[in-house]
Amino acid sequence: MNQIGSMPSWAIWAVLAFFILVMAGIIFIRSKRGKDNLHRGTTAFASPYTLWMIIFTVLPCLLIGYYAFTDSTGTFTLQNFAHFWDSNYAKNELYMQYGPEAAALIRRGTVNVDTLTYSLWMALLCTIICLILAYPTAMIMADRELKMSSAIVVLFVVPMWMNFLLRTIAWMSILEDQGLINQLLSALGMPKAQLMYNNNAVLLGMVYNFLPFMVFPIYTVLGKMDYKLHEAAQDLGANSFQTFIRVTAPLSLPGVISGITMVFMPSVTTFFIPRILGGGNTMMFGDLIESKFLTEGDWNVGSALSLIMMVLILISLGILRKADPEGEGGGLM
Amino acid sequence: MIEETHLIDLENISKEYDGTTVLANMNLYIRKREFVTLLGPSGCGKTTTLRIIGGFEYPSTGRVLFESKDITNTPPYRRRVNTVFQKYALFPHLNVYDNIAFGLKLKKLPKKEIEEKVNAMLELVNLKGYGKRGVDALSGGQQQRIAIARALVNEPEVLLLDEPLGALDLKLRKEMQLELKNMQQRLGITFIYVTHDQEEALTMSDTIVVMKDGRIQQIGDPKKIYDEPKNAFVANFIGESNILEGVMKKDELVNFAGHDFVCVDYDFEKDEPVDVVIRPEDILLVGEDAGQLIGTVKSVLFKGVHYEMMIDDGQFTWKVHSTAMQPQGSRVGLSIIPFNIHIMHKPAPIPEKEAEK
Repeated sequence: MNQIGSMPSWAIWAVLAFFILVMAGIIFIRSKRGKDNLHRGTTAFASPYTLWMIIFTVLPCLLIGYYAFTDSTGTFTLQNFAHFWDSNYAKNELYMQYGPEAAALIRRGTVNVDTLTYSLWMALLCTIICLILAYPTAMIMADRELKMSSAIVVLFVVPMWMNFLLRTIAWMSILEDQGLINQLLSALGMPKAQLMYNNNAVLLGMVYNFLPFMVFPIYTVLGKMDYKLHEAAQDLGANSFQTFIRVTAPLSLPGVISGITMVFMPSVTTFFIPRILGGGNTMMFGDLIESKFLTEGDWNVGSALSLIMMVLILISLGILRKADPEGEGGGLM
Repeated sequence: MIEETHLIDLENISKEYDGTTVLANMNLYIRKREFVTLLGPSGCGKTTTLRIIGGFEYPSTGRVLFESKDITNTPPYRRRVNTVFQKYALFPHLNVYDNIAFGLKLKKLPKKEIEEKVNAMLELVNLKGYGKRGVDALSGGQQQRIAIARALVNEPEVLLLDEPLGALDLKLRKEMQLELKNMQQRLGITFIYVTHDQEEALTMSDTIVVMKDGRIQQIGDPKKIYDEPKNAFVANFIGESNILEGVMKKDELVNFAGHDFVCVDYDFEKDEPVDVVIRPEDILLVGEDAGQLIGTVKSVLFKGVHYEMMIDDGQFTWKVHSTAMQPQGSRVGLSIIPFNIHIMHKPAPIPEKEAEK
């Protein structure tokens, strides 16, 4: 049985009825408005989208906000955020009740904060590596004379048809002790290398998964750049390097910013990759939130952690947006 | 004044793209302070010629000389040549000032000097005080001026202009034509100008190079090109023409449209087939009895300064320009004075192999 089939029939009818109602509403609104007032009428067309946004974006955010500021009984509290700052918070609360001797054992746990800084650091590294790898790739793709773009696009897109879990697990069979690389090394008579279960393996997995999101925005910007501008720069006395620094690079900035956004945001929230390639030695903030929700069942603290991350991401988005006010890169912003 | 020394020589330049000949064995020299226009229909190789001089393309064969030094393989940024591009190609991330200062900053001139030069340029193109504006906020004509200023500020020996006025409306185009010509004369810079607009070429140039299918058809000053077109193509491309097939009976006597006409051309073989070109404004409308030819007015168009009438003499439909209108359907006589009959050799047939391309 597939998903649609297992849905109760009334739900399908409800969705259908909703759709018809919205369409009827749009037609009604448009017919009431004068033809000269076309622009205002069109806003009604956005209403299904608005509803979609409310159900799938605004509502979850509000729910997270609600959980983050309440305890398990539903009363208002800020203690969930104290949990972020002090991951021993619950234990320490307990110690407090057993008098001064027990209170002497109170120590702040910094797991959560450490995980966040580690995640940010890893995301930063991942973004920088992606940028370094992606920019030349995008330049090769955008080069008219090389005519490589379609080949490289296929190389990047085909793996994306596979689930990202599978792709990550595939790296295991390459990197593990009996994996491809080590077999090759031993065949060549060289000592085996410990490739898995460390930071580098996690970083590799992240870069591998997020690289296309850096390549494509930069390629888009470079590809539609007017090549006459390069000729103009050369004409005015710029050699290839100067042309790149003074024309290509600044003009591709929107794509770079869009790429940074699209790589940095998901890398901060990465989970699963550290568990597979890091072997549980490392934990990222995404894993932490996941374990709060799924392992500990503490939705309130989990929501607080999510909220903190959301705020951090919004701040970084705001900074990036300053650099690309028009959103020319066509990214997520 | 134009100096006699050659500034640029193109020697036997050919250019092929994937087996297609774009330029075929082109030879051309350009003198100092000359205003040269490359004129021809699209695909005639005029822009390719300009790009070869600018250094954006390399010729398949032949040499480019600049002051007698071979610059065929010199990259664009080492040539003392600047270009005004067809769609201006202004840098969208820089404001007007920085666009113009681009070349000077690369030369690492002192800031003060750059400022002086840029401001002088802005004044020259009548855009004083526009330095801080973004280039996208400017009109087409203003962008055009910035593009010219950006090229001229580097004090090039030669300015290359690739259909720079193509995107402007008619009135602005006429203004800019005069302005460009003035600028060229005042600054004493050599201009190489590419256009498909014959009127523009006639207005501005010292020398016109008419091109077709990668070959030079005629080189000459505007008056010569207009009055003495070398072949039917040039005659047709520059201004409007009646082109007929004729036969040279003997020196100064040609037969076309079923009649013998006295002309001023000689040195043809006896009974050589020729092309005869007569400008529409060179045909006089006279009484039926006084005309060398008699025809019926088929149509009349009012063109502003003159009327354009199509007159059928039974063998050929003549295009006639006259300020006096003859009503449609009336019978008129046509008269042509010998001096206005232009006779040209038939073009040598293009070898079979090249014609296929």
